[in-house]
Amino acid sequence: MKILVAIKRVVDANVKIRVSAEQNAVDLSNVKMAMNPFCEIAIEEAVRLREKGIAHEVIAVSVGDDKCQEQLRNAMALGADRSIWIEQSGDIEPLSIARLLKAVTEKENPDLILLGKQSIDGDNNQVGQMLAALCDIPQGTFAFKLEIEDGRAIVSREVDGGEQVVNISLPAVVTTDLRLNEPRYAKLPDIMKAKKKPVEHVTPSDLGVELSNSLEVLSVKEPAARKAGIMVASTEELVEKLRNEAKVIP
Amino acid sequence: MKILVIADHNNETLNPVTGAVIQAATEMGNTVEVLVAGEGCEAVAGEAGKYAAVSRVLIADNPVYANQLPEAVAPLIADAAANYAGVVASAGTTGKNIMPRVAALLGVAQVSDILGVESVDTFVRPIYAGNALATVRCNDAIKVITVRTSAFEQAPCDGSEAEITTLDTVIEQDKSIFVSESLSSSERPELSAASIVISGGRGLGSADNFQLLEKIADKLGAAIGASRAAVDAGYVGNDLQVGQTGKIVAPDLYIAVGISGAIQHLAGMKDSKIIVAINSDPEAPIFQVADYGLTSDLFDTLPELESLL
Repeated sequence: MKILVAIKRVVDANVKIRVSAEQNAVDLSNVKMAMNPFCEIAIEEAVRLREKGIAHEVIAVSVGDDKCQEQLRNAMALGADRSIWIEQSGDIEPLSIARLLKAVTEKENPDLILLGKQSIDGDNNQVGQMLAALCDIPQGTFAFKLEIEDGRAIVSREVDGGEQVVNISLPAVVTTDLRLNEPRYAKLPDIMKAKKKPVEHVTPSDLGVELSNSLEVLSVKEPAARKAGIMVASTEELVEKLRNEAKVIP
Repeated sequence: MKILVIADHNNETLNPVTGAVIQAATEMGNTVEVLVAGEGCEAVAGEAGKYAAVSRVLIADNPVYANQLPEAVAPLIADAAANYAGVVASAGTTGKNIMPRVAALLGVAQVSDILGVESVDTFVRPIYAGNALATVRCNDAIKVITVRTSAFEQAPCDGSEAEITTLDTVIEQDKSIFVSESLSSSERPELSAASIVISGGRGLGSADNFQLLEKIADKLGAAIGASRAAVDAGYVGNDLQVGQTGKIVAPDLYIAVGISGAIQHLAGMKDSKIIVAINSDPEAPIFQVADYGLTSDLFDTLPELESLL
């Protein structure tokens, strides 16, 4: 089985972001970047499937400027066999990403496509589902457990009320949720080996893809700050304030 | 402008979050219709028709839609969407699962998790775990939108009953087969809709200790929530997780107990009207968003709190 894993370079999850002075973007200058946490979970799941002998090849793919090669090298250090860098700078809409990944899917014919359920910058949670629709294949989103059986994927999903299990034919798109696995750390020997693994460089026009251009960001602002609160000294004081000042309890 | 709302439901009852989606739809266009896709869901269609703003309910009632599988429901919606300026669903897990598939089938963008409507084509949405708000204009002819329902008021219901139209489209597919689901049931209010939420974090220490919160929740008629740490540790199920990738809530009162206040948790609750934090660590980031903070041992405070209510 061949697995394609799409990954994204994003702001590190612990960074406190700031809005640019022009109020049209988040200020990314000198900010620590990392692989999107959900993408790490996707790479981990793919590598585990290869270690179990279920998959024979894991390919990492990412869309971005030349800096995203850092995340592709990281993916290969974690176990991806090779990677594909689709070069494109600037903001890329989810539908564009899905179209680019569809082109790669048609070239590579993976049996399983793994993605993080959302990236922690845009928080869109769209690409996996869009890709599945464009390829006319089934989807198992927000997966916390994945089993491969008889050419189908059994995906246990986290949903609002609890859990759901679907059985989907391959090829399929699966998007990862937090509890699917705990990703490993790249070991130094693997980081060194990853420098020699192949990174294929393509552009959207190589792939014959027209990028979507329907969304305009008119402004980016910080949310209104909350009024500063107070510390109370006792449970009695807390209850008194909630009752008489905030009036949120009877 | 005609807007189509996709009902959030379980075949038996309409999820009240749909009222907030209808409200968002009225801010986009002056004609609002609702699509109910499911099996045995006539009662849901009736409930949807009671909203004052809803002039018509489309119902697609067939076993193929019974479990909201996106491979069946998305083509149905994409087909129906041709007559509307916008298609809108709640940003719960069902909407998140289905709507991007609809957008891709229509060849259009999706604007996810909006918390404000400026016009039929301009929306405000949170990015970077809600630490920034982006105002986005969508230039596609059909807007595909998911709504952060905690950010909208409930649209009013009146005595009216909207016209109900049957959709005969049946989308057969066998690529995705529903196997099972296990949903928690509780007497308590549902987390997304509750006006009071009491949430526990890693500080609670065990699943049993969540009973301390339950007693308070009972007295307040509150819902129970949890941080990711508490869910990961197995104290409670994932359906209680509040945060960037869990549930987003904005109740009148949010009480965070033993929760440190990581960015990802704040993303899920920082729009609550009143926030209370109870934590033994005075440096815990949660105190920066709390209206009332109490530095204490939760095992002392919780029983005291229960007795004072």
